[in-house]
Amino acid sequence: MIRDHDALVVGAGGAGLWAALELAKAGVDSAVLTKLYPTRSHTGAAQGGVCAALGNQEEDHWEWHMFDTVKGGDYLVDQDAAEVLAREAIETVIELEHMGLPFNRTDDGRIDQRRFGGHTRNYGEGPVKRACYAADRTGHMILQTLYQQCLKHGVKFYDEYHVVDLVTEGGELGDGGRAAGVVAYRIADGELVVLRSKAVLLATGGFGRMFRVTSNAWSLTGDGVALAYRHGVPMQDMEFYQFHPTGIVGIGILLSEAARGEGGTLLNDLGERFMKDYAPNLMELAPRDMVSRAIYQEIRAGRGIGGKDYVYLDVRHLGRKVIEEKLPDITEFARVYQGVEPLTEPVPIQPTAHYAMGGIPTDLLTRVTRDTAHTVVPGLYAAGEAASVSVHGANRLGTNSLVDLLVFGRRAGRQMAADVRGVRMPAVDDAVMEPVRAELEAIRGRQGGERAAAIRRDLADVMMDDVGVYRDETCLRRAQKAVGGLRERYRTVAVHDTGTTFNTDLLEARELGYLLDCAEAMVASALARTESRGAHSREDYPERDDTKFLAHTLATRRDGVISLAYKPVTITKFQPKPRTY
Amino acid sequence: MQVELRILRYDPERDRRPHEESYRVEAGPMDRVLDLLHRVKYEQDGTLTFRRSCGHGICGSDAMLINGRNRLACKIRVDQLGGKRITVAPLPGLPVMKDLVVDMEAFFAKFRSVQPFLVNEGVAPVRERRQSAHDRERFDDTTKCILCAACTSSCPSFWAQPAYVGPAAIVNAHRFIFDTRDDAAEERLEILADKDGVWRCRTIFNCTDACPRGIHITQAILEVSRAIVERHA
Repeated sequence: MIRDHDALVVGAGGAGLWAALELAKAGVDSAVLTKLYPTRSHTGAAQGGVCAALGNQEEDHWEWHMFDTVKGGDYLVDQDAAEVLAREAIETVIELEHMGLPFNRTDDGRIDQRRFGGHTRNYGEGPVKRACYAADRTGHMILQTLYQQCLKHGVKFYDEYHVVDLVTEGGELGDGGRAAGVVAYRIADGELVVLRSKAVLLATGGFGRMFRVTSNAWSLTGDGVALAYRHGVPMQDMEFYQFHPTGIVGIGILLSEAARGEGGTLLNDLGERFMKDYAPNLMELAPRDMVSRAIYQEIRAGRGIGGKDYVYLDVRHLGRKVIEEKLPDITEFARVYQGVEPLTEPVPIQPTAHYAMGGIPTDLLTRVTRDTAHTVVPGLYAAGEAASVSVHGANRLGTNSLVDLLVFGRRAGRQMAADVRGVRMPAVDDAVMEPVRAELEAIRGRQGGERAAAIRRDLADVMMDDVGVYRDETCLRRAQKAVGGLRERYRTVAVHDTGTTFNTDLLEARELGYLLDCAEAMVASALARTESRGAHSREDYPERDDTKFLAHTLATRRDGVISLAYKPVTITKFQPKPRTY
Repeated sequence: MQVELRILRYDPERDRRPHEESYRVEAGPMDRVLDLLHRVKYEQDGTLTFRRSCGHGICGSDAMLINGRNRLACKIRVDQLGGKRITVAPLPGLPVMKDLVVDMEAFFAKFRSVQPFLVNEGVAPVRERRQSAHDRERFDDTTKCILCAACTSSCPSFWAQPAYVGPAAIVNAHRFIFDTRDDAAEERLEILADKDGVWRCRTIFNCTDACPRGIHITQAILEVSRAIVERHA
């Protein structure tokens, strides 16, 4: 089966939905594909807020937001992108309000704002109230609001269509070819569909499921990033993966930084606010990479609670009103998933794998680029967590993921709407689905192989233990060998379910392949970066090295061999400085 | 401890009708039912099929009938269910596609039928529209909905009359009807004044009991009903 749309959006989180909304408003024949239902997307799990220098509570300026983003990212941020982010944050948040988003309000009816980690006044002087929020379900409200507006504007959705390949024309994407559409697997009945298109946006989110303890949804398996990679597009800055400091012990469910933004504290076994030793100025509101490392240091020094591998998040002193009105969901998470009552007990927490700073390299217009010279891949776009533009550099600040998907989702829709005019529909036929059909049939028909779940479990252990918050040459070499072994095992992956109806067994096996691609590139990139910067912390190379590594890593796989290249960071306003808080 | 999981299975490619299958799994008291389903799927029987995504009660994928009540599998713990035997079945009243997966299309069509989006065709101000904290509070509860269908599929009025728009759609209409920024309350009330609208509610409270987000659904339906009556008064 073949269908045509002038533009396709893959993924229905915040970035994809806003892009789709812009396309619909521009009158472009377009459609959204999602392997879930749109409202199931993981944007909905974001909690604490979305930063924009509205200045509703106290003086603020987009230049301060830009600076915090650059410094928070340990100067690996492209500063032209950070400027776009900080400027357009303001108009996108206002536009969301106009779309109906139910923000919490100030006494005079404006959007309320609160503090968040790493967001400061006057270039680092102290915390500033910049995060606009809707209780602690800001992401849920963004996702709902954008979906509602998409319905209002008649956006076409392909719900529960799993994109399993990209279609190209004129050669591979890494060699000058263009994106010409996608191959999608209809989950309901296993039918493969070719959707031809003049423009394809990859807004498929991250790949946190490669780790054992993660805040990420089961569906976050790096699909878009890996599919582009298989067609020759590099993965950028894969070694930079954020561990959020406050996850529920063992299962990784997130407890929002908003808890600390409202005044919550972190305590070690001695009852000390240990952040005073690591970030005396911002304390618990230091950026996430620093807080996560501080927690690991406390645990290593034997000051985890009862000598174990966690510390406490304490919100008791905030009082019932603040906790129940401003942090209701995470209070419930602690009750349901830990059996802890935050009103009267400190909550045990440990860092949880949370967010990919890296991904598909793009320019400021969300167009995918494929080399150190920023050469654009025609017809292919990326936005949100799947992309690396790069506004997060080596470490993302809290709330900036939502800002990123709003600003660059909107940009993607507008850019695609402009670019498809005057372009002809690619002339590919449905034979382009044959390679992926063969791959799926091979898995479905294989006898006696190993099931995906066992391989995925081993991958999650390796990545958590050897490619986590702290790394060194020894553990990364071990991880490289292990991931290679897992890729070998994956060649004989098999399923129990051989049917065509809603075959999640088969799709999970497919998704594991994407995770393995992302993991392999992450380990290779981390091994080569012999410095410590942001979330990439090498114990054997503890210093930042700006002479060698003020550059983005581009990992490309060709004939089974990964090669790395380095692309200089764009610096406009802020020269790199030591990073203290 | 060992828990017996009795799951209602149905594969249209193999089965004439649904049948129960039993699995023994290791479980701790803090494990969620979703953990047990994963254990079955990953360690015993890969054909077991269910939806899930976020795993912590915010995406709404894994609503199902657990020990006779609609719940999210990721949000109900083994210790909350007592006993060592847990029964799991698909949401009632919706067509089963396979095992615990139901066809959600009709459910979402009803959601779409109530204009679940802000309508305000006036010229937007340069900055945000002002809204008092009090006015925002008026519809706070119904903004929590995650469209999991636990409410609608627990409603006896819906079972008896599948054309009933159902609690979830009314909740999402409520969210806009009582938003001071919205201009389309009249049209939504007109839609819900239909014979398959709010009057099908018999205030049985199953929906409120089933809601994993704690929304006071029956109350929201009553508020919409009252607004319809007052409109004509």
